[in-house]
Amino acid sequence: MSNTRSVQPTPSAGTVRIASGQGFWGDDLEAPVRQVRGGRIDYLMLDYLAEVTMSIMRKQQLRDPSAGYARDFVPLMERIFADCVARGIRVVTNAGGVNPTECAKAVAEAGRRAGAGGRARIGVVTGDDLMDRLDDLIAAGHALEHMESGDPLESVRPLVRSANVYLGARPIVEALRRGALVVVTGRSTDTALTYAPMAWEFGWSWDAHDLLASGVVAGHINECGAQASGGNCSADWWEIPDLARVGFPIIEAGADGSFVVTKHPDTGGVVTLRTVKEQLLYEMGDPTSYITPDVTADFTTIRLAAEGADRIRVHGIRGGPPTPFLKVSVAYAAGYKAVGTLVYAWPDAAAKARSAARILRERLDRLGLAFDRVLVELVGWDATHGHLAGEPPPDLPEVQLRVGVRGPDRAAVERFTREIAPLVLTGPPAVTGFAGGRPRVQEIVAYWPALIDRTVVEPRLNVDVVEV
Amino acid sequence: MPRIPLLELAHARSGDKGDTANIGLIAYDPVDYPLILEQVTADRVKQHFGSLVRGAVERFELDNLCAVNFLLHGALDGGGTVSLMTDAQGKVFSTALLRMEIEVSEEVAMRVAGRGRHPGRRGASTS
Repeated sequence: MSNTRSVQPTPSAGTVRIASGQGFWGDDLEAPVRQVRGGRIDYLMLDYLAEVTMSIMRKQQLRDPSAGYARDFVPLMERIFADCVARGIRVVTNAGGVNPTECAKAVAEAGRRAGAGGRARIGVVTGDDLMDRLDDLIAAGHALEHMESGDPLESVRPLVRSANVYLGARPIVEALRRGALVVVTGRSTDTALTYAPMAWEFGWSWDAHDLLASGVVAGHINECGAQASGGNCSADWWEIPDLARVGFPIIEAGADGSFVVTKHPDTGGVVTLRTVKEQLLYEMGDPTSYITPDVTADFTTIRLAAEGADRIRVHGIRGGPPTPFLKVSVAYAAGYKAVGTLVYAWPDAAAKARSAARILRERLDRLGLAFDRVLVELVGWDATHGHLAGEPPPDLPEVQLRVGVRGPDRAAVERFTREIAPLVLTGPPAVTGFAGGRPRVQEIVAYWPALIDRTVVEPRLNVDVVEV
Repeated sequence: MPRIPLLELAHARSGDKGDTANIGLIAYDPVDYPLILEQVTADRVKQHFGSLVRGAVERFELDNLCAVNFLLHGALDGGGTVSLMTDAQGKVFSTALLRMEIEVSEEVAMRVAGRGRHPGRRGASTS
């Protein structure tokens, strides 16, 4: 990589470079390719799973037993497989979704198409899927209470669509130990995809809590892709250069747990104290207790130092032991919803939109339709700041009326979707923006977070390693 | 004493955890962090959001980062896929917090005036 050395200092010997390639299923498809080809990296981590992704994948698997994973991952691997083999870049991903085994098969085929047959191994982590064990677990006294409401899972049992345990780094490390070039997991924690390579490379023991906690912080920085390197950054956003080809973050980790957040030379975006701080606080709960399956990290101990252009050193991190529990992500069917919109124009755009909303609500009442919730927003005025936006001025050029309903009765939600268009001819004037047709009724698949005793899960975790 | 929007003292990012929105609020300049600690209390944030937040507001301090983290419980209409809100995942709650006004000295007001807004728009009012 002599071309990169002329642009930035050679990473110090003994460091491992773990690049972030995807922050969610649907992220920039070119980013992982840029990471592989733009300079030295040792690992590429790809996070595909959000809380509700598993239930979407389950739905796909029910229609097609060979589906149920992040399909984008397969063509991506076909593009980068040869580079990964040639340069020994190992890929760690939770693209497996609810079907890691089929995902790994498809990746092996992609590897053969890319000429990597007989030259690489794929590791597959399974055992996070509790769907077939749910009744046995409940019968054995594992109530899987909702972490906020405290309700037992039994109260929604027939509605459950998927149930997966968040796994930590150990099975990934096992796959790496057995020589996997690509490790495919199901519901691994996002952070484990980054700290498993650190734990493996540096031989960290599982009671080295400070080291593992450092890895977790590195993982938190990597897991949302460009959100750590200039994307979605609120600090002087207009000064962040060249986001069109934003460089995704790279963690340059050392054996002592400290690391540098950086990105490839000649890419867009920036890595600064501000971009890193914003990502550190993203989706943060109690910062003193960031719980993962392997360690509890204390984010209040993080120390940052700027080390030159696009290089932020992160150190000083402390951690404690993990808890006796693992988190379970359950998805269950929770009724129906639909959202309809219309656009009203000047003058008195907001007054017209509000009048239309009143008429709509009266019609819904007269039809005897009951909903758990009806929400009226004026997009362009109060949809994001609510009452903090104050009263809209009469000369507002336009506003979008957005009405949503939610309830258990599909027929009622369906009828609501037929009440939007009539407002065009039967309501206030200066209305447009209905060309998209009737709103769609969506089934709500809701998230049920719960905890489970780790001893009923861990013995059943499985790591397979197959040749490409 | 002059009142300025938090926008001029801090940047912020927000996200979700179920029905809870979180807002990370970060001082642009470490010298202003004590002001944030003193004035941007959980109570004041709860009051600022009013009916937008049904549950409690919690605050956690990250002194090393000159930042505080707020948890706004019951802010997302059930959250995630359940919510009917445009901002179902609380992505822009951060900007609603930056509207909050705090009292500062003349000197601080002068130093930070215009911060947080696109240079072409400096001088525009927030409310």
